[in-house]
Amino acid sequence: MTDTNVAHGDDAPPASWKKGDAIAAAGIGDGKGETVIGRSVTINRPAAELFAYFRDFANLATFMENVDRIDVLDGKRSHWVVKAPGGRTVEWDALVTDEAQDQFIAWASEPGADVANSGRIEFRDAGARGTVVTATILYDPPGGVIGKIIAKMFQREPAIQARRDLRRFKQLMETGEIATAAMNTRQREEELA
Amino acid sequence: MRALAWHGKHDVRVDTVDDPEIVNPRDAIIKVTATAICGSDLHLYDGYIPTMQSGDILGHEFMGEVVETGPKSTLKKGQQVVVPFTIACGSCYHCGKHQYSACDNGNPADNQDIGMELYGQPMSGLFGYSHLTGGYAGGQAEYVRVPFSDVGPIVIPDGVDDEKVLFLSDILPTGWQAAEYAQIEPGDTVAVWGCGPVGLFAVQSAFLMGAARVIAIDHFPRRLELAKRFGAETINFEQSAVYEALMEMTGGIGPDAVIDSVGLEAHGLFVDNVVDQIKASTFLGTDRAHSIRQAIVACRKGGRVSMPAVYGGLIDKFPLGAFMEKGLTLKTGQTHVQHYMPALLNAIMEGKIDTTFLISHRMDLEDAPKGYKMFHDDQDNVTKVVLKPGFN
Repeated sequence: MTDTNVAHGDDAPPASWKKGDAIAAAGIGDGKGETVIGRSVTINRPAAELFAYFRDFANLATFMENVDRIDVLDGKRSHWVVKAPGGRTVEWDALVTDEAQDQFIAWASEPGADVANSGRIEFRDAGARGTVVTATILYDPPGGVIGKIIAKMFQREPAIQARRDLRRFKQLMETGEIATAAMNTRQREEELA
Repeated sequence: MRALAWHGKHDVRVDTVDDPEIVNPRDAIIKVTATAICGSDLHLYDGYIPTMQSGDILGHEFMGEVVETGPKSTLKKGQQVVVPFTIACGSCYHCGKHQYSACDNGNPADNQDIGMELYGQPMSGLFGYSHLTGGYAGGQAEYVRVPFSDVGPIVIPDGVDDEKVLFLSDILPTGWQAAEYAQIEPGDTVAVWGCGPVGLFAVQSAFLMGAARVIAIDHFPRRLELAKRFGAETINFEQSAVYEALMEMTGGIGPDAVIDSVGLEAHGLFVDNVVDQIKASTFLGTDRAHSIRQAIVACRKGGRVSMPAVYGGLIDKFPLGAFMEKGLTLKTGQTHVQHYMPALLNAIMEGKIDTTFLISHRMDLEDAPKGYKMFHDDQDNVTKVVLKPGFN
């Protein structure tokens, strides 16, 4: 990453680049498809705690709004069920492709996925401020009818969605709950539907 | 339950709505015993604030009795509490520094986008003040769901009258913080623009912090009269030229610190109509938009500017040259209410700060629409309306 930044000419992270191949520099995927790169948030908890929560993929549906559920299949594999427009869902199996304890997790969908995708989440110690968490997601919508549906689904501003998911992760880790203005449980269920 | 809901410009009604419930573990439900209409509620009433939705329940100054608690709340049923208008989590970096109104987590994730776009960072959640600040139902209601109830509400000793402590929710800490931000040194002369509740509490606070003189500026005679009661000298800007008066009153030096507690009428956390509002304020040449400019020009060299007044967008003709050449310091921001509550409760209990003088009208929650209209139409005589469910 450092070399690429030198080539780019400054120290700005790829997410902010106006020029240059930011996707390649992000060091994820093969550069094809659409990418949301480098959304960072600082969470006032130790990296080990955040890593442990995130590494149990079954937890992710708690704060990822589009994720209906994730079933853990074994130490490396999980099955994702993600909400799509019109009450549909899209599904895939994901494999942890690389990881370092308390530092990062990288995963990618396995062949046959409704939507091919990969992601990486990094945890960097930030001293008294906690941990800087950076999420990078790459996805590649397929062709055909389902492709159109999925493309539409991901047109819901994936960058904004990723940012909101990270904020919810932060809220959950820092406060033990996810902030909501819902006045009662019925309103809360409507929000989550 | 019954609650005061916003339906549009100059259209607020007391509706029957669903009761609130515990949603999150740190929640509590408060049965409201007293709630006030704030000057900033008039901006909602006047339709200046975007991201309002029909049916939104207003009110951010309220107190009451704890009637239900979530498993992680530290409150107990039956306690009398005053609730801060800022919704802060107590566990993020900013809360750790007691910068509660900068809380990262009080505002629901989806609502933080607008703040990011407008200000570069989202602001904390607030009760009853549009969806920009979270879309939380407010306190002009019989019951309120209070998130993070283990951090926000302050427990009031038994037997203390609601009216003495209600203003801990917003305007008293806001006036106090304004004086603190003026970094008053003993013997200072402090000028305060605006004798609304915040300005009047800033006057009292400035004296408590050692100011020798406080000069209060407004055009409502009754409000100036209240400032005088606390020892302030007054300038009525309809009768006297403010800058000239301040120079003469300070021997040509200017006030050591200036406090703008006026702000823009159309202070607006406005999104779409920034340009319109700037045009409006320039065209009208209102004294209100003028206050911060005048304060900066009047302030002495090396002096301090404190701005509790709410501004939401852009301002033109800002006297940046005067600000730089005189070497001024500006401190501002929404109030870190939770930080100030305990000390100010003590000050009230010890009789150092008078709060009840402000209340001009008391009425039933059912009469809230009338209260809004009165407050809107007659700011000279209506200094503060307190609503009490079941008052009639």
